[in-house]
Amino acid sequence: MNVEVTPLPGIGTRQDFESRSGRRIGVITHRDGHFDLIVSKADDPDSCAASIPLTVEESAALANLLGAPSLVAQLREQATGVNTRQLPLAPGSPFDGRTLGDTALRTRTAVSVVAVVRAGTVHPSPRPDFVLGGGDMLVTVGTTDGLALAADVLDRG
Amino acid sequence: MHGSAISLIELGAVFFGLGVLGRLAWRIGVSPIPLYLLGGLAFGSGGLVPLEGIDGFTDIAGEIGVVLLLLLLGLEYSAAELVTGLRRSWLAGLVDIVLNAVPGAAVALLLGWGPVGALAMAGVTYISSSGIIAKVLGDLGRLGNRETPVVLSILVFEDLAMAVYLPILTALLAGATLLGGLTAVGVSLLAITVVLLVALRFGRYVSMIVDSPEPEVFLLRVLGAALLVAGVASQLQVSAAVGAFLLGIAISGSTAENATKLLEPLRDLFAAMFFVVFGLNTDPKTIPPVLGFAIGLAVVTTVTKIATGWFAAKRQGISRLGRARAGAALVARGEFSIVIAGLAVSTGAVPDELAALATAYVLLMAILGPVAARVVEPVARAVQRKTRPAV
Repeated sequence: MNVEVTPLPGIGTRQDFESRSGRRIGVITHRDGHFDLIVSKADDPDSCAASIPLTVEESAALANLLGAPSLVAQLREQATGVNTRQLPLAPGSPFDGRTLGDTALRTRTAVSVVAVVRAGTVHPSPRPDFVLGGGDMLVTVGTTDGLALAADVLDRG
Repeated sequence: MHGSAISLIELGAVFFGLGVLGRLAWRIGVSPIPLYLLGGLAFGSGGLVPLEGIDGFTDIAGEIGVVLLLLLLGLEYSAAELVTGLRRSWLAGLVDIVLNAVPGAAVALLLGWGPVGALAMAGVTYISSSGIIAKVLGDLGRLGNRETPVVLSILVFEDLAMAVYLPILTALLAGATLLGGLTAVGVSLLAITVVLLVALRFGRYVSMIVDSPEPEVFLLRVLGAALLVAGVASQLQVSAAVGAFLLGIAISGSTAENATKLLEPLRDLFAAMFFVVFGLNTDPKTIPPVLGFAIGLAVVTTVTKIATGWFAAKRQGISRLGRARAGAALVARGEFSIVIAGLAVSTGAVPDELAALATAYVLLMAILGPVAARVVEPVARAVQRKTRPAV
């Protein structure tokens, strides 16, 4: 994909690309470090339908929301024979509020949890004492059978 | 009441009044500069209430305002940005000079202000207000638009043009001959080249002289360096403003960013003072006779700036709507037009009416500019709809 980088003298840089739907999507990086998310108008690609200022934390959250699936996709490409899945931990699951060690996923299903995505933030390589919460997304690696079993374990305990 | 008490009360009233005016200006979406000028006009010579006892302070504060305005203009763009700006937009930049300097010069000649007056008025009508334009583009959410880099690179070019123009104007105002004027051109071109080279190659050493991790020390050093350079430049007959501007260009990288952050509030304070002093020294009674010329210039130079932006945007393959937006964005004139007029009038080499004409012109353009940028889109769309044949 072709990301166009345009310097904006006195302001910062604009980086954008044209999506398949014909809209220009991009980011303005201001000199002071904050970002603007920009989306072009449908009828006038030269101008912006939205220009949304984001704080550093907000842009990190957005990047994680969009970046987590691509992280998984990368894993899938790198190692054949290994499957990755994002397993949701439903609120009310037996492990809602308990630690990752309590699930004993590794011993019971041979599945590893490589990251937990919570509220748009990725917590990589969680330790056994990591406390899980309802709504967490567990990024897991394992065999197809192991992953199916792990999904059951997380649902039913 | 004793002397200093009266001065404090007067100064306090002036600052508080400016604060109220500034708030009002941003409320209605225009730049506060015209309101500051009006505030100055209302008092002082020929105004309602003469201010006494604080003119010593306000005069020097106004001078510092000019130094800070130019220092921050220099800090705004890095040397690399200036060089690429020059390479990319020189043609549009030349069109800009020809279209927008000529009307001002023509009116000055028509009024019999001579070649020096013509040069000063040329500058007044040429230079767009980068402060107003950057603010308006940000407010309207147009920073991501395709035509915005075109607008910004024209501002960068104007910035460089100022570095050459100001020393020439200063030399001619001081009564230099044609030969002296040409020498000034040579010296200023040489100076700007040297400063750009130094900034590109050794910018971090210049930055090191003023840089400090303590904000307090940093502020004192930058301000001190700026006033020193400005003072020395002024002594050498190269205006104080130019010295500060070149120092701003030479300071680069993160030092420049930090300096901008620290100095912005100071600039706003002292620049407000400068506009007030300019208004104070302008007799409101001198404005009505030149008002017709100011309105004529406003109309003509609005059209010529729109044409400049249209031309520059067209070269970058921007659609008609974007071209109209680029043109309208450039219309605003403001702080630097007043700086040029102030420079000219303070030497006494041009008639006082120049101050009146510049004031009236900037009052119109600083209000008209943001309005033009706002209304251009609906107007251009309406025109497009009308000219498109009915299906």
